[in-house]
This record gives sequence, structure tokens and C-alpha cells, in this order.
Amino acid sequence: MPDSKLVTMPEAISRFVQNGSAVALGTAQETLIPFAAGHEIIRQRKRDLTLIGTISDILFDQLIGGGCVRKVQAAWVGNVITGSAYNFRRAIENGNTEIEDHSNLTMSMSLRAAAMGVPFMPARTALGSDLFKSNARLKTITCPFTGDTLTAVAATHPDVTIVHTQRADEQGNAHMWGNMGITREACLASEYVIITAEEIVPTDIIRSDPNRVVIPGFRVRAVVHAPWGGHPSPVPGCYNRDHQSFIDYRTASRTPESFADWKAFWIDNVKNRVDYLNRVGKNRIDRLKIKRHLRSAPADFGY
Amino acid sequence: MKSTINKQAEISDYTPSQLMVTAAARETANKEIVFVGMRLPLLGFLLAKSTHAPDAIGVYELGIVRDTPAPESILTMGDLPNLFCAQWLADTADLMGLLQQGRVDVAFIGGAQVDRFGNLNTSYVGSTKKIETRLPGSGGACDLASLAKRHIIIMTHEKRRFVQRVDYITSPGYGDGQGWRERVGLPRGGPCTVITNLGILRFDPDTREMILTSIHPGVTVEEILANTGWRLCMAPKIARTPIPDDTELAMLRRFDPQGYWTS
Repeated sequence: MPDSKLVTMPEAISRFVQNGSAVALGTAQETLIPFAAGHEIIRQRKRDLTLIGTISDILFDQLIGGGCVRKVQAAWVGNVITGSAYNFRRAIENGNTEIEDHSNLTMSMSLRAAAMGVPFMPARTALGSDLFKSNARLKTITCPFTGDTLTAVAATHPDVTIVHTQRADEQGNAHMWGNMGITREACLASEYVIITAEEIVPTDIIRSDPNRVVIPGFRVRAVVHAPWGGHPSPVPGCYNRDHQSFIDYRTASRTPESFADWKAFWIDNVKNRVDYLNRVGKNRIDRLKIKRHLRSAPADFGY
Repeated sequence: MKSTINKQAEISDYTPSQLMVTAAARETANKEIVFVGMRLPLLGFLLAKSTHAPDAIGVYELGIVRDTPAPESILTMGDLPNLFCAQWLADTADLMGLLQQGRVDVAFIGGAQVDRFGNLNTSYVGSTKKIETRLPGSGGACDLASLAKRHIIIMTHEKRRFVQRVDYITSPGYGDGQGWRERVGLPRGGPCTVITNLGILRFDPDTREMILTSIHPGVTVEEILANTGWRLCMAPKIARTPIPDDTELAMLRRFDPQGYWTS
């Protein structure tokens, strides 16, 4: 059995996220967003990061507000149920943060190119759009077979992809279920993968269903036990979306001053995960728990 | 924001958003493959699915395919009831592949700024060099507008939003008119309808320019012209948008019980 990769969140972030790293996170888009990991990045004052993702709800905004970000490669940065992301807006409008504009499809293809080990992937999207003006890594090409005009999307190689999953073993073999977003290509494209998991389980459980493994352990560098590590985003099988957090965040992020207060309470002064959950409050936690369970029928992987 | 329309024997209470969602739902035919965008389109699909389009398939960019309505109200497509008993939970790229192949009939998207040829901007007000306002960006909207067989735009009708020429094309419409999509290499599609809080607009098949085809009850043509930033063309006959019926309103109240999107 290979060595355990189980580490604490502070260890995982300090070892595998460096100043200047290109980090993909929030790859399932609205679900399973690794907020606990993102908050640790902010606490450790990482600087000059490049954030990579399609739609990562408010996590990108928090990292930008935390002063961690030099560049964003993304399709959409906002608050899914309220609209604008104010730290993102301020950073782009002030010219403090650089952006490479993508669509969901171009972002996916950019990571897929890296995952496939090729310099670019072709697509039919975005032709005629101004994405080409604010993303120098999109070019039009002529298909050598059909003569069609296509969009060539240059490969993106994250230094580290952080994925929140329902369960993993200590070697990093991780089960994830629900909508996948761009998780598979982001993991495969990345130099390092950090798994944060609701539950650490014996390897037998993971081996009983290899189809549900999002990334095999040999591609994973660190595993972190992070119960409620996706809160306030929803985690299928574990808890629902905490809409009120997103609504509160909209108000809190409107000015740099109110964001600083929000950050002090929800990130800087949080001692550990138990402390974080105490701040959320037991009633709210109970309300978010799964009420209507639906367990899939087991699949027989025997021979 | 409630408007009460009292027209002869017909009395109904509905909000402008409910009228917009209903108009959007009516643009979906049964059995169509529908790519469902954020916000009002979420409700539009649920409404279509629960009324005249029970066999429509809903595709969501997060990697969700549904052939039944979500069992409980949702605020956003990633809410767990929208994953519950889904037909398929997949990669975003799988669904983008459906789009790229031309297997998506209709897509619904919102916008911040639109121009006479249906080009949409959700990225930059001002220019990319001198940014006045940075908006969230494309998400999947550029892909839907590029690749669906047709798409429907849902947005607020204001002069600052309905502009002669968008500052930035996030999601391509008809560019500068007839033949543009073909010239730039887009394989198909284009906007067919723009649904606003004031009326419904479609596109002239020859010029590809937006034309006013229907006005909502209580709205005047003058009001629409005053809220449009170019000289808007009119259809020969302007219809009156049908109001939501009781079944549609009941469904909308069920899907959005707090009125988060439709109050």
C-alpha cells in the first residue's frame, strides 16, 4: 500500500500552492466548490495566483478580495443568485487583476488540450465574438480536412487543481458524484491535485466502484479531511446550498470595508473547521442537511 | 411591482417577470432539446415542461440533463433538487458537445446589453482598454448563442441596455447583419426572439435586424421606442402579448414560491 497522503488543510495549501501558482478550483461550477481550501489560501496570504475555472460562484471573488490573485482565466465570475461579484469588478476596473476571457466551452477545451497532451483543441464556438480581443490564446484556424473556420483554444496547464469530493481514501483515490463540470479535465491537466473530502474512507469502498473515481490516487499529491468543506455550495449526498450565505455575501462584498469585516469574521479569525461551523450555527447546519435520500442501487463489479 | 390588468371580463394579477417567463416558456415546443440558462430561463423551462412541452429535455451547463421538472423549487441550476433523479449527470464538455453537434434546438440566455442585430454583451461596459463596468462574462452564453439552432434572449428593456452597437460581443447574434454568421464561420443558429419587460421582438429574415412584434398589456409603442437606443423597426402588425393564464401562474408560484425571481 502506498504511503498515506492525508494531511491537514494548512499543510496541503502551504506545500502545494505557492505564490504565483496557477490554481484551478470550483470545477463543478456551482456544486462541490472547495471553499474551505480557498479560505485557507486567503489565510496563508498567498499572492500573485492565477485562478482557472468556468463558473466558480463567489469563491473567485473572495480570493480576489483577499489580495491573492494576479490573473483570472475564467468564463464567468459573479454570484450565481445575485449577479455581480464586487471584488472582481473592482479589481478588473482598477486594472489590478488581469483577465483572460473564456466561455465554458473554451475553458473546458483549454484544459482538455493540456489533459490530452496537445497544444490546443479546436472548437466551433465564439467565432465572431470579442472573446478573441480579451483572450490572446484563442485564434481562428482553418480545418485542414474540411476548410471550416474553427476556434483554436491554447492548452492551460494548472500547477494545482483543488477538488472537493464526497469521499476519498488516504492515497487520494476519490469518489465524486453529481454534475462534473470541468473537473475531469482540470485534474488531468494539472501538475498537482489536492483532494478535500467530506469523508476519508477505507480503500475497499473506493475500489468497490472504480467508475466513480474522479481522479486516480497516483495523480493526487494531498488528501484533506474537510467535513462541510464545500459550504455554502451544495455537496450531493451531504448538504444543500446555503442560499442565505450567498445573499449575505452580496451585501458584504459591496465595499472593500464591508468585505474586510466579512473576511475577518468568516476567514481570518476562524480557528478551525469546528469554529467555522459554530459561526454558521447548528440550526442552519441542520436545515441544510439532506432530507430526502436517494441511494443508488449497487453495481456488481465482480467476475 | 405588481401590475393589475383589468381588461373587460379578464382580470388577472401577474408581475412583469411572470409575463416574461410565460412568454419564454411559450417559445419552447414539445420534445425539443432545450439548453437552460441561469435565472429566469430556469423557470421558463420548468413552466414549459409542466404545461405544453412535457417531453422537452432540459440541458444545464453544469453537467445536468433533466427530462422531468425538479421535484422542489430551485433558485439555481446547481440546487440539489435539480440533480435529483436527473436523466444524466455529466461533464460540461459532454453537453457542449451536444451543442457543437447541432443537437440543441433552443437555448435561453440573459444579457446586460443587446444591439439591433441581437449581439449580446455580458462582459464589458466601455471598452476592454477603458473599462467602465466589468460584468460577470460569458459563462456558457457565448456557446449557446454560437451553437444552438436558435436562441432566445430575456432581458430588461432600457435605453442603456438596448444600444445601437454593443461595447463588446460576448455572445454573437447576427453581427452586422445578413450573412455575418456564415462569414465568421458559425455553423448555424442565431437569436430568434428577445423577450423584455415591455414587449417581444424578433428578427427580420432578410436584414437580420430586430423588429418589434408584440407589446405587453399596458405598454405603448412610444414607451418601447423611448427605451430603445436606435430607430426600432416595427412588424406590419403588432400583437398584444397574451397574459399568463391561471395554470401558468399557479405553476410559477409553485416553482418560485418566495417570488425570488418573479416578484
